[in-house]
Amino acid sequence: MAECHPVGFQWVMEAKARGAKVIHVDPRFTRTSALADIHVPLRAGTDIAFLGGIVNYVLTNEKYFREYVVAYTNAGTILTEDYLDTEDLDGVFSGLDADQRAYDFRTWQYEGMEIQAASGHRDLQYQDKAGGRNGKPSRSVHHSGRGEAHGSGGAAISGTPQVDPTLQHPRCVFQVLKRHFARYTPEMVSDICGVAVDTFLQVCKLLAENSGRDRTSSFVYSVGWTQHTVGVQYIRTAAVLQQLLGNIGRPGGGIMALRGHASIQGSTDIPTLYNLLPGYIPMPHAHSNEDLDSFIEAESPKKGYWAQMRAYTVSLLKSWWGPAATPDNDFCFDYLPRLTGSHSTYETVMAQLAGDCKGYFLLGENPAVGSANTKMQRLGMANLEWLVVRDFSLIESATWWKDGPEIESGELRPEDIGTEVFFLPAAAHTEKDGSFTNTQRMLQWHHQAVEPRGDARSDLWFTFHLGRKIRERVAGSSDEMDRPILDLTWDYPTKGSIAEPEAEAVLAEINGWDADGSPLSSYEQLNEDGSTACGCWIYCGVYSDAINQAARRKPAAQQDWIAKEWGWAWPANRRILYNRASADPDGKPWSARKALVWWDEDEAKWTGHDIPDFSAAKAPDYRPPTGATGAEALAGVDPFVMQADGKSWLFVPAGLTDGPLPTHYEPQESPVPNLLYRQQRNPVRQITGMVHPHDRFEPSGGEPGTEVFPFVCSTYRIAEHHTAGGMSRFSPYLAELAPEFFCEVSPELAAERGLEHAGWATIITARAAIEARVMVTERMTPMTVAGTRVHHVGLPYHWGHRGLATGDPANELAHLSLDPNVHIQEVKVLACDIQPGRRPRGRARDALVEEYQRRAGITEQTGTEI
Amino acid sequence: MAPVDITIRRRPDLDGSLLGDTDPATQGGYPGHPPRMGFFTDTSVCIGCKACEVACKEWNAIPEDGLVFTGMSMDNSQGLGASTWRHVAFIEQRKPLAAQDPGVQPGGDFRWLMASDVCKHCTHAACLDVCPTGSLFRTEFGTVVVQEDICNGCGYCIPACPYGVIDQRKEDGRAWKCTLCYDRLSVGQEPACAKSCPTNSIQFGPLDELRERADARLAQLHEAGTTDAQLYGRDPNDGVGGDGAFFLLLDAPEVYGLPPDPVVTTRDLPSMWKHVAAAAVTLVGGALAAFAAERWIS
Repeated sequence: MAECHPVGFQWVMEAKARGAKVIHVDPRFTRTSALADIHVPLRAGTDIAFLGGIVNYVLTNEKYFREYVVAYTNAGTILTEDYLDTEDLDGVFSGLDADQRAYDFRTWQYEGMEIQAASGHRDLQYQDKAGGRNGKPSRSVHHSGRGEAHGSGGAAISGTPQVDPTLQHPRCVFQVLKRHFARYTPEMVSDICGVAVDTFLQVCKLLAENSGRDRTSSFVYSVGWTQHTVGVQYIRTAAVLQQLLGNIGRPGGGIMALRGHASIQGSTDIPTLYNLLPGYIPMPHAHSNEDLDSFIEAESPKKGYWAQMRAYTVSLLKSWWGPAATPDNDFCFDYLPRLTGSHSTYETVMAQLAGDCKGYFLLGENPAVGSANTKMQRLGMANLEWLVVRDFSLIESATWWKDGPEIESGELRPEDIGTEVFFLPAAAHTEKDGSFTNTQRMLQWHHQAVEPRGDARSDLWFTFHLGRKIRERVAGSSDEMDRPILDLTWDYPTKGSIAEPEAEAVLAEINGWDADGSPLSSYEQLNEDGSTACGCWIYCGVYSDAINQAARRKPAAQQDWIAKEWGWAWPANRRILYNRASADPDGKPWSARKALVWWDEDEAKWTGHDIPDFSAAKAPDYRPPTGATGAEALAGVDPFVMQADGKSWLFVPAGLTDGPLPTHYEPQESPVPNLLYRQQRNPVRQITGMVHPHDRFEPSGGEPGTEVFPFVCSTYRIAEHHTAGGMSRFSPYLAELAPEFFCEVSPELAAERGLEHAGWATIITARAAIEARVMVTERMTPMTVAGTRVHHVGLPYHWGHRGLATGDPANELAHLSLDPNVHIQEVKVLACDIQPGRRPRGRARDALVEEYQRRAGITEQTGTEI
Repeated sequence: MAPVDITIRRRPDLDGSLLGDTDPATQGGYPGHPPRMGFFTDTSVCIGCKACEVACKEWNAIPEDGLVFTGMSMDNSQGLGASTWRHVAFIEQRKPLAAQDPGVQPGGDFRWLMASDVCKHCTHAACLDVCPTGSLFRTEFGTVVVQEDICNGCGYCIPACPYGVIDQRKEDGRAWKCTLCYDRLSVGQEPACAKSCPTNSIQFGPLDELRERADARLAQLHEAGTTDAQLYGRDPNDGVGGDGAFFLLLDAPEVYGLPPDPVVTTRDLPSMWKHVAAAAVTLVGGALAAFAAERWIS
């Protein structure tokens, strides 16, 4: 965190100054470790084993917060008899279809009812719910993923869950959880992760002691957890643990996802993702004859706040198509594009290589350096008709056609490349108005300080004027295909000599307005009948009273500790989600020290420091009448209001593609076997490349050839640079701080391979060979994993061949085996070899990689086993 | 950049002011001056982000000065110089940091120290004493500033600095160093490095207050078991009369590349002049005596 989020780390330092213990779990000793109380180096790719071990410790030693767990989680809910665990099937769950490489999760359901996905693959049940023909989800739907569709919880199609509040029933979630994690013993954790038993137990103790009525603990993670073939399940393990410890919905608790760029949170809320509409409304699939009613029927639950999905969706359609959206034409629901499968970034690359994707916009992204298997990224771009790059500088993704590695090696010649490349300079955040949404969902407005230089323009300018010109081009068209463009509300006011659109007008549209055009103040005002428009329901209220609430900057000293008047947090300016859980079932704070919101008997309403995330007048003793829907269907003791059962899910009956409970699998490439199960890897990991000559996988876990790639390598960022370097390597002040690509190795590994400090090394995988300067440092620590010595090779990934600070991109080494829920690449752990000296040039470089492939016996089948 | 009214003040009186706890701004000819301002850099909370280095360069328009991979841990700036006015040192050590469990194998003990170095703005500043042009001057805040438009590049100040801070730019021969953002101070703002420091490792304020804060922090660290924590440049009775920019270090100064016992290099000037005078008197006396003796003999 100190490396990649140094500004945010000030709050950790402040907590530390107030007595907080900081535990840093990371293969490397980083700037964060330097300031932590405890640094726990663990083998990259083993966090589920580590966290699962803590879950086991908490369950075995009865350290869980029992009242919280019984009242607020699905611990007591009973599962169907059809559910079979990894304990029963040696590492896989029931429902595995080996041919399709997919799970059918219908056996993961609660007894006596069917639950709608909280996130992930809600559409899997489309056929069941909307009355489809054969009830079997299509492969394209299955593979498109809905991992970012947060929030919604289960629709009880029939029945109510059966719950055993004693947690004794052998098929209740709590007992299943206990069995599932029983083999994650401290000794097993030590063997898998390379962490000493004593150190592991110390972490367990500290966490357990610092959780309960009076205390809470918080987790912070970044892409070190997500960029794995089991990335989503890493976060799930932390979620299970935090639920057991009672650390969700309470001050000082939670799981913080630190995002990699400013406003990445904003770009999922109002998404740049292919599978989501604003506010986590799923993007519709290309089902035949699907109308708004069947979409809502299939995608939204009947209980909880997602039951209002129709109001959110209709208001969105009204926001986009204004007067053209009427009840008669389904509010222009047909204008929305439809998904035909996964269109994630890596599938897009495959589509480019196949010649299906012909045009590509790169807005502030440098895939020729920053994405996995950068060679395939470049080859994909070389197969386009046109490419638009908007960035501050001529980054590698803009110039690969004349000076990229394939030009250097002679593999490609500029005169043979048909891609027409347009470079459009981009304005920086200081040159435009706008908002950042950070990890705790808080929007903060930034004001333009200076005019952009030369031809540089904001993304808002680019998008608005591109749309304006396209609309001019198709004006008067009678082609039905052009109606969605022509009917768009596209009339933002502009200012200044460059006609910059007013960013605040966009914010006002996102906030939404009523039929009279007055700004709305809450998403509870949204209607299904088209009388309200709202560009993103969760942001509704950010422009209430026609005031830019995100621009508020009242100093901390002038308000209470919640600081509600600094920026604005979605939803409804709540600072902690699900904060009903900060009070006990009777509505009283669990302790005075951790009081946040509570039930005021005299006033008959919820009150407190934060804005209650609960129906204000719903008493703790409220129980829903039979047949109730929406928020009314949740009881006064159901804090997780976006879930159909109002409970936090220890076990996920629907929504995840790769299992209802987290399970440790070895990464796609690992020098060691999975010690827990016979199943080596995540059986449903997504192998995007679909067997591509430039995306070969390595042998793993002791198969013949594993020894050719004996070291674990991990890519990461350092404080000096930003991601793929577009914002830092071209700036002299940042470039000089870390001017060259380097790798980090332990003195022991350096001795073993003859690597010289500050000299050169060549790092090789089945995809590529790259060179790096060598940093021999004791911050890299060798580990003993099940009796074997394991070394890490650390690779910061910021460099490319352009800019002031240069070097080979570490992502040349990476493959396209992905997490199946969110299609993220596994760049946090690969297997590699390292040798002293610089890499060969030209064709000899490829020959080296081919030689390694031969020695390891790599074929197109290697590593693709289920 | 805000316009700065730089009036050249009278040079400090060399006689009798080179040692001990004195008030440099008063010495510098500012009666009724504002409190002496300075830095307290608490390296125990430094995270090595180098924001100070970058903010300093941005604000003061200092050029990039070398794209060199050094292999010195994460330090590629190498040290203070004409174009590096803040420098973060990184020290990897096989030593424990109080009760920290570093997890590093084999052996166990390990710590990674980081410290942002800067011009010390000495109470007795030799660079200023030796400057023949008045380019270096004492401000009303008690800080020491070099003016680029007056410096003639003589270079006397460079060997005069006991810390090796001030440095000549090869391109133009002039001397450069931290101004403690005199332009920002003049309009009531804190220096760029302190403003950008996320963890408050670089603290800016009246020196008296900073010294109190530093004493309290030192006591707190000692109590918490960080017994090797020490203040550097805090003592007004040290060889430079105390620093305007002082530090809390977690090891001996030498570990960070700082001199253990810096002495103002012009300290001996008065006594040297006294000796010169005495020698002259002796010489003249001798000559006179010889002359007298000669006369007497003859």
